[in-house]
Amino acid sequence: MIELKGIQKLFQTKDGQVTAVDNVNLTIDKGEIFGVIGYSGAGKSTLIRMLNMLERPTSGDVILDEKDMGSLSQSDLRFARQGIGMIFQHFNLLWSRTVRDNIAFPLEIAGVSKEERNKRVDELIKLVGLEGRGGSYPSQLSGGQKQRVGIARALANNPKVLLCDEATSALDPKTTDSILDLLVDINEKLGLTIVLITHEMHVIRKICHRVAVMENGQVVEEGDVLDVFKHPKEEMTKEFVKQVTEPEETEKSLEHLFGEKGIGQVLQLTFVGNDVTKHLITDLIRTYNVTINILQGKISSTQNGAYGSLFIGIDGEPEELTKVIDHIKKEQVEVEVIHGG
Amino acid sequence: MAEIFFPNVNWDRLWDATVETLYMTGMSVVFTFLFGTILGLVLFLTSKDNMWENRIIHGITAAFVNIFRSIPFIILIVLLIPFTRAIVGSMLGPSAALPALIIGAAPFYARMVEIALREIDKGVIEASRSMGASNKEIIFKVLLPESMPALVSGITVTSIALVSYTAMAGFIGAGGLGDMAFREGFQRRNEDVTLMATIVILLIVFAVQFIGDRLTHKLDKR
Repeated sequence: MIELKGIQKLFQTKDGQVTAVDNVNLTIDKGEIFGVIGYSGAGKSTLIRMLNMLERPTSGDVILDEKDMGSLSQSDLRFARQGIGMIFQHFNLLWSRTVRDNIAFPLEIAGVSKEERNKRVDELIKLVGLEGRGGSYPSQLSGGQKQRVGIARALANNPKVLLCDEATSALDPKTTDSILDLLVDINEKLGLTIVLITHEMHVIRKICHRVAVMENGQVVEEGDVLDVFKHPKEEMTKEFVKQVTEPEETEKSLEHLFGEKGIGQVLQLTFVGNDVTKHLITDLIRTYNVTINILQGKISSTQNGAYGSLFIGIDGEPEELTKVIDHIKKEQVEVEVIHGG
Repeated sequence: MAEIFFPNVNWDRLWDATVETLYMTGMSVVFTFLFGTILGLVLFLTSKDNMWENRIIHGITAAFVNIFRSIPFIILIVLLIPFTRAIVGSMLGPSAALPALIIGAAPFYARMVEIALREIDKGVIEASRSMGASNKEIIFKVLLPESMPALVSGITVTSIALVSYTAMAGFIGAGGLGDMAFREGFQRRNEDVTLMATIVILLIVFAVQFIGDRLTHKLDKR
């Protein structure tokens, strides 16, 4: 559906040339939710804007729905953009228009007749759950409602692709989840391809099928969300994965347990997919002469399966401990000794 | 009653002068709004990083605006006498004041328009572009409607400045309340005429401000 080939973007600034995006190659399939994660300044914002040519790449090609976006004429590009919806961190609604008229705006641009517009706006208002708010102005809405208007507006012309530019970063956690649910719903109902950029791993975990990690303008890691969670290769990726797999301040809270009685070693076990349902701990206690203490644990669900991490304190004879670790490894569960190893 | 306090006021003359002032103000407000908006749009659209970025056109427009905004109005009227003769055909009557009023006020208003347009969130323009909007659609469906409250409050301020400009235009024989206050009031030492003309001008200014405020408030949905 979308193919980026050797994309590069240079900006000229007073301090010289800055490479915002550096030789990025990506393929995004039809109907998938593809996430790009990175800290601010990583180039993800520039990257997503090159998909609809709000920013033109300095070199490289963007192929979207079999069209080479960079080579389109001005009017062809405007037409192509009608098939690509986009939502924004700060919603970017026209405050002088009501909810209805905001949603109708892209339809006006596409030259849809007034009756058709009204019909379509009704459908969209229902789709995003804003019934009864059609006559309100954006200033009268909450952040979540504004983003719903943004989504309805982006979907007005039945696009094949939806671009989300930090769409939930200005929202509180609860509202973020409701917007993410809506995006998944739209993705499933309409078979829409969604490309989103974010700095929150939570967003990737919750709705993305595949993820690319960006740093300094480059994609440093890419793959299925679950694989990336399971085997993060880059330091950068590990940091992001930690955001969602480890309960907050895990290290600190565990550290003060280190050295307590009955806690010889501290292990971090990582379960992926079906592993979560294994009776691993029961097996360990029954088979080996060790004591096990559960310190902390968390299970996160992703679009391709569950992912969990469990911290346990374990005490026993050194030979027994080695056997335990071998046993865990045999069960295809990731294990890392984080203390006393 | 009125005859006791204002013995020298000719009420028919006062009425005519009021109509002349309203005519000069009204016409010049309409044209100032039109030309000022166009000039303001040119200033905004040709500025750096904008859709029609063009340093030469921006420079020329900015210079024109700055020059005519800086010339004191009373001097501008005199400087424009040949120009006014050429397009109006005479230097007498309220219509003769219009070219100077418009040329004096439009650049002033153009700067307000430019500021109003710059206040629009860039994200909204970007969003419109992402939907495939053309430049024309962005100007007429986004820039102007989104800045309308600021455009209206700007024209309110400009209208009030124009009321006082019409008073100065009285000096070149354009008529109106300023002319009446000066010639029938000041020159003939009829203080009551000057006072009455001032009262009417104040009423006009209050009315303009009131209407402008109400309109701005009604348009502003932020």
